[in-house]
Amino acid sequence: MELQHLVVKIPVAGALAIDPAKVVDVMHQWVAGQTVPGVLLIDVAELLHVPKGPGVVAVGHEADYSLDHTGGLWGVQYRRKTQLPGTNGARIAEALKSAAQTARRIQEAFPALKLSNTTFELIINDRGIAPNTPETYAAALPEIEAGLRAALGHGDFKFTRHDTERRQRFGVTVQSSRAFDLAALAAG
Amino acid sequence: MKASHAIWKERFKAKLPEPLGSEVDQFETEIDLRKQGKIDEKVFAETRLRRGAYGQRYDNGHRYDGTQSRTLPFADKPTKGPGTMWDAPGMLRIKIPFGGLNPAQLEVMAELAEEYSDGIAHVTTRQDFQLHFIHIENGPSLMRRLAAVGITTREACGNAVRNVTACPYSGVCGDEAFDVTPYSHVLAWFLMGHPDTMEFGRKLKPAFSGCAQHACGLTQMHDIGYTAVVREVDGKLQRGFKIVVGGGLGPVPRQARLLTEFAPVEEMLPLTQAVCRVFGKHGEKANRNAARIKFLVDKWGIEKFRTEVFAVRKELREDPRWLDMLKDVEKSVEGPLHPPGQLPAVNGNEKLREWIKSNVRDQRQDGYVTCAVTLPLGDITADQLRSLADIVAKYTRGTIRTTVEQNFLIRWVSKSDVAALYGDLAAVDLGQSGGSSIVDVTACPGTDTCKLGISSSRGLGGELRNRLLAKSAQLDEAVKGLHIKVSGCFNSCGVHHVADLGFYGVSRTVNGYKVPHFQLVVGGQWENNAGSYGLPIIAIPSKRAPDAVDRITEYFVKNRQGDEKFFAFVKRVGKGPIRELLEPLNQNFPTHDADPGFYSDWGDPRQYSIGDIGIGECAGEVVSRYQFELVASERLVFEAGLHLDRGATQQAGETAYAAFLQAARALIQIQYDDIGSAPDEIVSEFKERFFDTKMFFDPFVGPKFANYFFAAHAARGETFTPDTAHHRIAEAQLFIEAVHNCYNKLRSTPAPAATK
Ligand code: HEM
Ligand code: SF4
Repeated sequence: MELQHLVVKIPVAGALAIDPAKVVDVMHQWVAGQTVPGVLLIDVAELLHVPKGPGVVAVGHEADYSLDHTGGLWGVQYRRKTQLPGTNGARIAEALKSAAQTARRIQEAFPALKLSNTTFELIINDRGIAPNTPETYAAALPEIEAGLRAALGHGDFKFTRHDTERRQRFGVTVQSSRAFDLAALAAG
Repeated sequence: MKASHAIWKERFKAKLPEPLGSEVDQFETEIDLRKQGKIDEKVFAETRLRRGAYGQRYDNGHRYDGTQSRTLPFADKPTKGPGTMWDAPGMLRIKIPFGGLNPAQLEVMAELAEEYSDGIAHVTTRQDFQLHFIHIENGPSLMRRLAAVGITTREACGNAVRNVTACPYSGVCGDEAFDVTPYSHVLAWFLMGHPDTMEFGRKLKPAFSGCAQHACGLTQMHDIGYTAVVREVDGKLQRGFKIVVGGGLGPVPRQARLLTEFAPVEEMLPLTQAVCRVFGKHGEKANRNAARIKFLVDKWGIEKFRTEVFAVRKELREDPRWLDMLKDVEKSVEGPLHPPGQLPAVNGNEKLREWIKSNVRDQRQDGYVTCAVTLPLGDITADQLRSLADIVAKYTRGTIRTTVEQNFLIRWVSKSDVAALYGDLAAVDLGQSGGSSIVDVTACPGTDTCKLGISSSRGLGGELRNRLLAKSAQLDEAVKGLHIKVSGCFNSCGVHHVADLGFYGVSRTVNGYKVPHFQLVVGGQWENNAGSYGLPIIAIPSKRAPDAVDRITEYFVKNRQGDEKFFAFVKRVGKGPIRELLEPLNQNFPTHDADPGFYSDWGDPRQYSIGDIGIGECAGEVVSRYQFELVASERLVFEAGLHLDRGATQQAGETAYAAFLQAARALIQIQYDDIGSAPDEIVSEFKERFFDTKMFFDPFVGPKFANYFFAAHAARGETFTPDTAHHRIAEAQLFIEAVHNCYNKLRSTPAPAATK
């Protein structure tokens, strides 16, 4: 199966130590400077009035970047919107790298933002290609494993289905037994 | 376009309810045609608007970044409309007649918000849903998934009949004459795509109310409003509607005027059709600022308008649907899932007590209540929508409604379920109290996403909500009952005219900088079906608008007499003292250096500018019914070609024949509104009007193209070979060209009588 429209969310470690409303300013600077290479940033959506919602989103044509609060879990999120050519491995690598770069960009402005270095969520944001079923899990897992092994250089992961409820999107929570280095991931 | 596009197309192939399914196919074809430059951008803009696909801020490819306006480098592709970039995200408005939804529909809304939008579904001030940041090419997938649960986006925008709204308490309210729900449903589907609604110069918004005195239906502010009335004729009770026309907000608000005190329900559809025809024929087309039906009523006076409508009504060709569609209306009533009960003892549960007080209301039916689900600025997340679907399925027979206050209303809740229902809602952060109160601020999209936004209505709305919630325990009861409504500009999509405290965005220059402001509007009335409109009294800097609310509400509490309502209070004290009270807010402005925040808007750190205001699409493009019908014929020829390409020869030939009929019909309807769709009728009308008169003759080849049509008709039912199908397609294309030419000729000769 083709893993398109990947979402990677790197959760905050502990409680959120920054004011999410301030991230709005920073994201506006991204749009002004078009600072994400290869991506057209369009606007910033501030959705903090909605509890456990999408938080603050830098909306782009190819992808969105956000400080997300879905499920009550704060985290830095990358969400691919347009399709990516190439292999599943390349798509996974791209999603991880973009999420890490987003995290680094926010941390540059807010060093207090601490993120997990052992876990992240990987979701396929498309129920057409990836309904949330055991079959999808069986088909996608080897692809995800291989992709992560290539991107992170090891295979010491534990996977759990992000949410088994049929109406949710398909995804996995990845628990790595070795800490990953955001800066290195961001550098690719 | 998302990777699953083809998957959804295949999955729902031939499975969607008609006409929803074929409409999506048509839209997809139109997208293809536009990509190939085969449809004019204006026509494409109007067809897309009619399918609910609106433009969004910055879609002209420019955005002010706080210091300068920059180009957003969208890829070079055909436009979606004049000055509208193809790849720029847009808004999709999803029509929800009378606001009625079921759990499956809520779940699909959640999926779409997650997969195609920013994760939020937004409830509008006309009971619709909106999704923002949608790519046009994902439109067909969204529409297919919606159609699969019986929802359409058709005519949610553009110069069309917009969503038919209705009081969300219909069927359970103690004051109503009868339940207007099924009638609003019937009207919505009757008018959708109706030929008499194709020629509008502007939108037409219908609304239903069960009674005259309460606000819920807001019929007085609609283009056409229906209030339920029961009268006695020969000892028998008869249902009907008081119908009003020509109301509307917008920059020039009008109270609707009386078309008829009583139209029996059987007359609802034909009379409305007549109103549409009169509006389509005589409404303004060139000047979109004077094109709503209210201007026609102004120009003619209501008497002339009424006379014309009833005259046209008499001439209408009989339509069996007028009565057929009403057959089951009295049978379709909602009922409860659980037996009636008693309200719980709240025993120290302060939050539950508060919530019951503000959000729960007795139904007419003993033992049942309605429960309002208050949404912040009309926004709800995908997870919340799924939980709401579960809650609705658990406590009701699977129905819920959106409201014009941008909330949900759950009906038919047994009183004994109230505590449990509240618990379930609160568990997913949907248990906010204060529904319909001052904290429940209404706001249009404003500068967040609207191309016309001047100030940040959602920013101000959110700020007011936060501040008022923080002190809601201390608020005086009289203040709690006020309504605040905010629009980002004078167009009034946030319905600020009918609030106690209305705001609309304007800009002013202070110390050489543009500063976002809000005009404060008072004197409006939500009650009595939006019984009166307020007037602006003073413009206040955006960042000081919350202070204005504080000042006015304090003044009101201090000076009101007895249990005087705010509306009466404003009338008594006059607007002068209120203005005086607020004037200090327009003094002592900080310098830019001292407080740059004063020079930006709520929730937006950029230095304020009005440079992002674009050309709105509220009006749509004025495209005649002829153009629509002709585009439909072009689409058919195109589809015929596709069928041929994939070897479906028979279907290809038949579709080409359908294209002939469609094109001929486009021409005939210019002279004859009531042209039906039977092939024989089309051919004979065409022959009489355009062939026998030689109007259709080509200067070089004479009757040739018309003869293609007659030959195709004579051969109908034939079996096609790839060759003959190919010929039919080519001939149909030539016939369409000839229709174009004939149309141009017609336009340069005086028009014959408009009806038969
Ligand atoms: C000149 C242009 C426009 C005018 C005069 C106008 C006017 C109005 C009015 C008077 C209402 C609400 C009250 C009612 O009739 O029930 C309304 C509804 C609304 N308008 Fe506009 N509008 C315009 C353009 C826009 C644009 C560009 C947007 C942003 C995309 C927008 C968004 C909305 C929304 C969200 C609603 C409630 C939605 C619904 O119909 O479901 N409007 N508009
Ligand atoms: S009131 Fe103005 S800013 Fe608000 S949605 Fe309507 S047109 Fe846009």
